[in-house]
Amino acid sequence: MSKYTEEDLEQELKTKEYEYGFYTDIESETFANGLNEDVVRAISKKKNEPEWMTEWRLEAFRVWEQMEEPDWANVNYEKPNFQEIAYYSAPKKKPKLNSLDEVDPELLDTFKRLGISLDEQKKLANVAVDIVMDSVSVATTFKKTLGEKGIIFMPISEAIQEHPELVRKYLGTVVPTTDNFYAALNSAVFSDGSFCYIPKGVKCPMELSTYFRINEGGTGQFERTLVVADKGSYVSYLEGCTAPSRDENQLHAAVVELIAMDDAEIKYSTVQNWYPGDANGKGGVFNFVTKRGLCETNAKISWTQVETGSAVTWKYPSCILKGNNSIGEFYSIAVTNHFQQADTGTKMIHLGKNTKSTIISKGISAGQSQNSYRGLVQINSRAENARNFSQCDSLLMGNACGAHTFPYIEVKNKSAQIEHEATTSKIGEEQLFYCNQRGIDTEKAIALIVNGFSKEVLNKLPMEFAVEAQKLLEISLEGSVG
Amino acid sequence: MELKEKILSSYVAFENGLDINSDIHNIRTKALENFDKVGFPTKKLEAWKYTSLNSVLKNDFSIFPNKEVSIELSDVKKYFIHDIDTYKIVFIDGKYSSFLSETIHDTIDVCLMSSALKKAKYKPVIENYFNKVAKQDNLTSLNTAFASEGAYINIPRNVEVEKPIQIINFTTGSEVATMTQPRNLIVVEENAHVQIIERHQSLTSNAVLSNVVTEIFSAKNSTVDVYKIQNDNINASLVDNTYVDQKSNSVVSVHTFSFGGNITRNNLNFYQNGEHIDSILKGITILEGKQHVDHHTLVHHIEPNCESHQDYKGIYNERSTGVFNGKVIVNKEAQKTNAYQQNNNVLVSDKATVNAKPQLEIFADDVKCSHGCTIGQLDDDALFYMQQRGIPEKEGKALLMFAFANTVLESVKIPEVKQRITKLIAQKLGVHIGFDL
Repeated sequence: MSKYTEEDLEQELKTKEYEYGFYTDIESETFANGLNEDVVRAISKKKNEPEWMTEWRLEAFRVWEQMEEPDWANVNYEKPNFQEIAYYSAPKKKPKLNSLDEVDPELLDTFKRLGISLDEQKKLANVAVDIVMDSVSVATTFKKTLGEKGIIFMPISEAIQEHPELVRKYLGTVVPTTDNFYAALNSAVFSDGSFCYIPKGVKCPMELSTYFRINEGGTGQFERTLVVADKGSYVSYLEGCTAPSRDENQLHAAVVELIAMDDAEIKYSTVQNWYPGDANGKGGVFNFVTKRGLCETNAKISWTQVETGSAVTWKYPSCILKGNNSIGEFYSIAVTNHFQQADTGTKMIHLGKNTKSTIISKGISAGQSQNSYRGLVQINSRAENARNFSQCDSLLMGNACGAHTFPYIEVKNKSAQIEHEATTSKIGEEQLFYCNQRGIDTEKAIALIVNGFSKEVLNKLPMEFAVEAQKLLEISLEGSVG
Repeated sequence: MELKEKILSSYVAFENGLDINSDIHNIRTKALENFDKVGFPTKKLEAWKYTSLNSVLKNDFSIFPNKEVSIELSDVKKYFIHDIDTYKIVFIDGKYSSFLSETIHDTIDVCLMSSALKKAKYKPVIENYFNKVAKQDNLTSLNTAFASEGAYINIPRNVEVEKPIQIINFTTGSEVATMTQPRNLIVVEENAHVQIIERHQSLTSNAVLSNVVTEIFSAKNSTVDVYKIQNDNINASLVDNTYVDQKSNSVVSVHTFSFGGNITRNNLNFYQNGEHIDSILKGITILEGKQHVDHHTLVHHIEPNCESHQDYKGIYNERSTGVFNGKVIVNKEAQKTNAYQQNNNVLVSDKATVNAKPQLEIFADDVKCSHGCTIGQLDDDALFYMQQRGIPEKEGKALLMFAFANTVLESVKIPEVKQRITKLIAQKLGVHIGFDL
């Protein structure tokens, strides 16, 4: 912890002032708290959406009204009051700072340890940068390359305007508006998100990331992502960022839909590091996400996630293996520390013949946290020769935390081959002793062992992400030794 | 009238025959109130997600059988393990049959719940143990409300019972549909050792629902082996609720062999209240037709340095359904726990279904816990190898299945039981085997 100095005070005053000055400005842009049909209509109008979209939102809202908030997950939290949330506010502008010296030193320290480049640091901390800054020009070049290949990659609100036929065709086909409480809520009020379409046979030449969508503001509270990979195409999509994000929205309910048509492949990687609350479990983000992908014949969807943030996580990226020979993969690391709670896992629904799925889930719990794996592997009666391999390993640090496994396996076909394995253990004293003997201090040794434990999943991340994620694990588990 | 209403209203008649001022009666009345509140389990309950009793509960069960039916030993001899000397407690339609039984009252008690509940001699034991470990959920409450008859076994300190005890419940089908509520209490004191064989058998194809509750208390250093043989008629359903309370250094093993019946639900719960305890839960399930077996196990590790071993094998033919729901809870205090859970299944038919839900809930860090669950088929290569060497396909398959189930069979400690199970498996697989496993 850095000491509170006069400089800090000065800076705080400065920022405060900014906030104030800004607040009056924003007021006119924020809707009153509460949710009803008028609010949904108003959001739609604000976005200048066509009639069908408004109707679609309203339908979702009407369904949502009838639904009850689910409470089967292994998490405890005070349920948010949905009528006390403002469902629309203009993108928040953060105060512009003049140089990195003005940024919270603690934040800078984290950036440094994550190995984020100076330019990126500036951008993340919202420091004013030159127009010619590298990443901006890189982004422009990227956009050009994408355009040449016919790849559409833009905020979903723009896509509704520019490519209504595509959005209308696919939106809500994988996660219907009626799917669950949070998905319905998201469908009714989502403010923005990303839309991505890869044309037939196109191999997207670069990792797509929200990171390069320069015009886009911070992540929204109700984000909606739709990725469509047409026949024979390939895309790798990155979501989130390793840098800590201090979003003041307490409730996040995102929906992600992936559609992989015949022979297409989608690789979707997430790093989530939202504010987990302080060491006493106060505050923190509630993260209730619905993510699902649909695989047609010979298609493949691969989910990779590193979950270190949020006070409460409720997230089950799933694959519907509809087409024959399709493949679903799920690689996950979930780290919980202090009072965090995570209930996460996947669903693999095997419908087609010769479908394969792999689940590798690594849970690490420290402090007083609770970490659950909840998954479903379902083999339908027509899914001949389906194959699933699941492995759920949990690592416990300290005796105040918990690790739980709730796998559901439902098999209706005799040719299926299912393997499920789960283990729970702690870091061995011998392992630590071995490292200590060789001059590695305990904290480093733990980082080393945790990285080894998570290696199978880290390996699946795109390279730059993997390096950062590895360091993120270290930082997340700091102080949990002993 | 719905079954639940019928049960509730028949309670008054049941009370008439009892001492309504006893402590036991208070327990019964409370249990009935609880059952009135929660009713029969439905699929909406997470614990009953994969098993529906609806089709069974539609029967018009008679709560108390009217007629007393006697049966000839020669007719039912085959259901006993008869080639060794055993104690026997036999019930016909829920009523004790002294003719078929062989009980004992000196040194050890192998006798009846009804007399244990009445006689002053047994009062301290009943007060200490009756309904103390059974959890008051839906069907256990129902059983508690009507608890009046069953086996009462009390093995005092340092006694190693020289021969196994058989508890057999026959239903004769004298009514169109019979419901029974057997209640067993087994108290095994320090250093004692006992082996128990339990069986429920319906003698006709009339509908039967047995809702059994067995409480087992295993004191320090004691050893208890229980073998449950479930090979009932097609219209006989069974809900077996077994609760085991273990103290330090005790070893309790429960083997469940499920080969028959309509719907069978085994709720097997272990609570480890001491250190260095070993709990063993094993089972072989071989089903055909539309049979349904649900193994619902719980092992609660409460104190440190204990172990649990679970091993369930299932083979599913035709349209049968198998469920395995195993839960291991390790409390914060239960450091150095070793908990293993294994569930392997073979689907023989396209119409068969397996639902598995092996759960771990772990709050202690210095533990070794694992579970494994597989669903697959027999190895084609192995089968081909045997066929090449002149073993017919059917026998080859049977051999592979025996090998598959052998990890459970080999831990059966009574040779005659092992032989009987081997024969039953061979019968199920339609082969004759000329070897002992």
